[in-house]
Parts: sequence; C-alpha cells; structure tokens
Amino acid sequence: MTMTDPKTALQPVDRVEPRTRLKWLRDMMLIREFELRTMQAYQEAKIGGFCHVYIGQEACAVGCIAAANPDDPVITAYRDHGHALARGMEPRYAMAEMFGKSGGCAKGKGGSMHFFDQRTHFYGGHAIVGGQTPLGVGLAFATRYENEVLEQGAKRITLCFLGDGALNQGALHEAMNLASVLELPCLFIVENNRYSMGTAIERGTAMAHDLSTKAAAYGMPYYQADGMDVCAVYNVMKRVIDRARAEQAPAFVEIKTYRYKGHSMSDPQKYRSKDEVAEYEANDPIRRLADALIASGDLDEKAFRALSQSVRDEVRDAIAWAEQSPEPDPAADLYRDVVREPFGPYGPTTPPEMCGHEPGAVAEE
Amino acid sequence: MSAATATTTRQIQFREALREAMSEEMRRDPRVFLMGEEVAQYQGAYKVSQGMLEEFGPRRIIDTPISENGFAGLGIGAAMMGLRPIIEFMSWSFSLVAADQILNNAPKMLYMSGGQFGCPIVFRGNDGAGGQLGSTHSWAVEGLFSNVPGLRIAIPSTPYDAKGLLKTAIRCDDPVFFLESERMLGNKGPVPEEEYLIPFGVADIKRAGADCTIVSFGRPVHFCLEAAEKLAAEGIECEVIDGRTIRPLDIDTIIESVKKTGYCVVVDQSWPFGSVASEVAAQVYERAMDYLDNRVYRVCSDDVPAPYSKALEQAMLPHAGKIIEAVKKAMYLA
Repeated sequence: MTMTDPKTALQPVDRVEPRTRLKWLRDMMLIREFELRTMQAYQEAKIGGFCHVYIGQEACAVGCIAAANPDDPVITAYRDHGHALARGMEPRYAMAEMFGKSGGCAKGKGGSMHFFDQRTHFYGGHAIVGGQTPLGVGLAFATRYENEVLEQGAKRITLCFLGDGALNQGALHEAMNLASVLELPCLFIVENNRYSMGTAIERGTAMAHDLSTKAAAYGMPYYQADGMDVCAVYNVMKRVIDRARAEQAPAFVEIKTYRYKGHSMSDPQKYRSKDEVAEYEANDPIRRLADALIASGDLDEKAFRALSQSVRDEVRDAIAWAEQSPEPDPAADLYRDVVREPFGPYGPTTPPEMCGHEPGAVAEE
Repeated sequence: MSAATATTTRQIQFREALREAMSEEMRRDPRVFLMGEEVAQYQGAYKVSQGMLEEFGPRRIIDTPISENGFAGLGIGAAMMGLRPIIEFMSWSFSLVAADQILNNAPKMLYMSGGQFGCPIVFRGNDGAGGQLGSTHSWAVEGLFSNVPGLRIAIPSTPYDAKGLLKTAIRCDDPVFFLESERMLGNKGPVPEEEYLIPFGVADIKRAGADCTIVSFGRPVHFCLEAAEKLAAEGIECEVIDGRTIRPLDIDTIIESVKKTGYCVVVDQSWPFGSVASEVAAQVYERAMDYLDNRVYRVCSDDVPAPYSKALEQAMLPHAGKIIEAVKKAMYLA
C-alpha cells in the first residue's frame, strides 16, 4: 500500500447536481434544528443522562454518508445524532429515544449515546471512546466475508467515525492494525473538532499537527477534508470510498471540523475563547452552502426560509410524537431484549416500533 | 457418567472434542469462522485447531496479532452483521485487555439497540490455573464475568460435555463465554461418533449419592469426584453435580439434590468474595433453607493472588483434601 498525498491523490469530482446539494442543505439544517431542540428539551429535563450535540459538525456526517452506498455500514461514537439522521432515521424515533420512550429507536434502552437503526445499516452509537473502532473493523470483515466466502452481496465499505479524542485509545490502534494486516475495507474517519472534552488536541495527542503519521504507522493512505464545507467532504469521500470499495482496503480520513457547543450539556467551556468559537461560526457549513446555492441561482431567500420552516415543522412534529409515545413498562420491558433465546427471567426480544413492529406485540421468530 | 456416554467406546481428548465441535459446525454453517492467536498456521497454541486451516482455508481460520481488544471487537462487529465468530483467547487471563469489548459490547448490544443487533459469538479459551503460571496467567474468570447479564457461561469438565456444549454455544444467538482448561485438554473420555448437542442450563449428576450434595463447575468437578471416591470408602455417599453452565444456572437440579441430602458443599475455582460459589449458596438458601441441616460450605481458591511456587499454588487451589474436609464439616463429622 502506498502513501498518498492528500492534495494530489484525489481527482476533482464531477459537479454535483443542485438538487443533490439542496438535499444536503436540508439534511444539515434538519440536524441543526434537531440539536437546538434537543438542547432545549434537555434544559427542560425531558432528556436525561449525558447528551452531546453535533452543531457545527453537520457537514461531516452529511458529506460522508452522501458519498457512501445506502447499505454500506456506518458506525460512530456517542455524538451520534447527526449520523443517525443523515443516514435516514426519522427524527421522531431519535427524539423519542432521548425522551426514554418506548417508541424510541432503541425503545428507550439506549439513550442519546446509543442510537441504532438496522434499516439504514446504522450500527450505533457507542459511548466508550474508541470502543466502536474494533466493531467497525468487524463490520468491514463481515462485508468482505459475505462477498468472498458466502459469495453474496456486493462489495461494501464501512464508515467508522471517531473523534480526535479516540486517537489515543489503544482500541483504535489495534483496530487500524487489524484492518491493515487483514486488508479490510474500513474507513477510519476522524472528525477532528480539536478538543477531546476540554483537552486541546495538542495537549493530548503526539504529532497532532500531522495526523497523516497515524495512517502511515499502519500503512494506510491518509486523506484530509475541510469539514466546514459539505461539498469538500463529499468530494474527498467519494474518491476515498470508490477506491476503498474497489481495493477492499482501509483508509484514514481527517475531517477538520468544530463543535460550536460544549462537549456535553454540562460544559462551561473555559478551555477555549469566545472569539475562537465565533471564528468558526462565521464559516458555518450551512450558511456557506446556502450562500453558494443562492449565488448560483439554485436557491433564493424565500426558498431558504421555506426550507427552515419545513425542518422546524419536522422537528416540532418529532417532539410531539416523542411526547405522546408511551413510557416503557417496567413489568413488560425490563427483562426483554437481554437475550435472543429466552431463559430464566429473560423474555423474548422484539424489534422497535421504528422497524414496523407493533408496540407491545412479541415478534415471531 | 451420563447415559449417552456409556453407549460408546471411542475415547478422544478434550482438545479433539473441541475441534470436532468447531469443525462440524463450520461444515454445517458457512457463517462460522475461527479467529485468534496462532489458530491457523501454528495449528493452535494448544493444538485445539490442529488441521482446521487445511480443511477450511485462511478465510475462515484466521490468525491474529496479539491484540485481544482488537480481534474480540472485530468478532463482535462481525456478529452484529450476522456472522458466527468463534474467538479464541489463548488464555482467558488475556481477555482482560479486551474487557470493554467482551463486557460492554457483546452482552449489551441487543439491549442497547432495543432488540435490533444481536451478538451470536463464542469466546473460548483456557481458564483457571495452568500450573505455576503466576498471578497474571492464572485467572478463573467465572467469578468475575458471571456478574454480567446478557451472556452465557459454559464450563465443561469432560470431552463429552465439551463437544456437546460447544456445538450449542456456536448455534446460540447470544454471546457465550466458553471456559476450557489447559490442564484438561489432554484428558481422554468417551465421545460418540454420532452428532449430539447438550442444552445450556442442564446440570449433569456426575455421581449419585444420598448423603451430601457437592456442586461444582469445570476442572474442580474432577477433584469433587476424587473426594467422593475417598469419602465413599468411609461410607459417605456424595452426589456430585456438574453445573456445566453457570449462566444459565440449573438451580433446580441442585435444589432437588439438597432436598434429598440436607447438606451442600459448593466447589468453585474462583475467589470466594462474590463468587459463583457464593451465588449458588445464596440461591440454595433462598429456595431450600428449610431442607438444610447445616450451612452451605464453600470451597474456593484462597483469597490471594495466584502464587508461582508449586507448594503455595497447590495450597491456594481447591483440591480433594479441602473438599473432603468441607463435606465432613458440613455433615458434622469433623
């Protein structure tokens, strides 16, 4: 495997249709609106536990997922709302999950950090930093095994997202080494938002100024994208994915991004200046794409306002739906979904309502 | 000895029984694969997987680097997608570096995902003291891991049980921790040619007796049988129950026996504090208090790190002498 210069390896991608870019705009706006309402609901104590919002990073999930096939597995860490929505989970199931309701994507058993959606090949939502990366390699192993041993299914790649905070976890290094020696099509996508909780990347990560060294250590090509520009993310990812799919080999991608809000809902953010945040907000990925579409005549202010209204309505509906979704019933639900083959106190497992399952009914095996 | 084993004369080693179980299941189901350190080209660190690379090829018998956290997690990811991984730990002592994967991910995935992603995976390898390996390599993990809901723990004591339980483990839709013993891999025992499976949660009465119930799991079952032989010479007939699986626990068989004997000794190679033995004792108290003529006695490893010295290690582990003493105390004979 040869090392790749991020500036020369990727050919310019064909111009993306305005209609597609409008969809990306809406996807990012939906995530932004969803997260604003999430923060509001958290402050109203409708959401409990730990909650990490994706505001500022929307272009990462939207651009990467747009470049992948719908059946390419996606897995990420705990800041997972954006990926789930970009992948196509309806906001109502995401919101209901955070409300701890039985209509949630994980029936109220996962919470904000553990979103899952089998229908969209979204494998979670994992809350131990770096712990999802060996799983991502396993997903890549399975797609390759299905294709080559079971001789079924097309060649797939896995999008394995992680934050820069995971760069120093042993799990990631074991995962990258395995992906390399076993030649597995796993894309390690680092959303580098510069802080692992309150620790600036330079304070915790050796060679923070040049993450290509991490890829080099495992013989993987390294790519870089501007995470504040969804078109740039897409352009890079399209080429990375096409190549990884054809070669069935891993790659390492650094997306330079920024989170506008705190690490979690309880973060006074004393580790960074307001000016720094303002600087990134001035380069906002949603505003950038909207401006570009307006400049090219594919969007006007009126249409933009209509788009804003439609995502507001969709998220408002999601909240209303989550409000009315019933609380889980401890007597019926606590001991379900522990195992697939019931024994002792453990009852049967049932897919969530999101998967077309009737609430309260037991699935047929 | 079980009825099924009495009908055959073929004797094979424990490791061969494990190999047969894996090979049969791999022939039956192409989704099953074996992954671990030295399982392929080296033919198995303990020769359990000997010959399997030749039969199944390198896509299904997969060598890994020494990277337990990585390949345990890899297996879990593959299982989420519907493959049926068998992940071999050379020793369960080494599984501790994979604790996040095997404890946080495998047994909780189905629950956390609200019933969407199961984890049909088998983790297997040597458990318990190997013989003067010192503290880090002598873990009996059953005490530690049986605390976790969502997983099954199988711990066979004979080649027959090993094969039947491992086939069930591989077909199980949930994660199974399969605990073997380096000290038993060369043990021979009767294993029929015909296919059979042993369900989980069904204990085996390895020796019938009416005077005192002895409950154990895995390798210490043999120490219990040795003790029972010696006690029989003194006129004390012990009933030795091999639990075979810890989760699910066949408490019904244990309770039935205790109701008959009135005395109970639990032998467990993990440490005593919060141990499997403690759990069995608690459940016996909960369900058969009125039938007990004395308290439940526990024989565990001593509550110290495993020492290297042969003399100290022998003193620490359960053995027949300790079991005989416990039975006599339980029966007010000592």
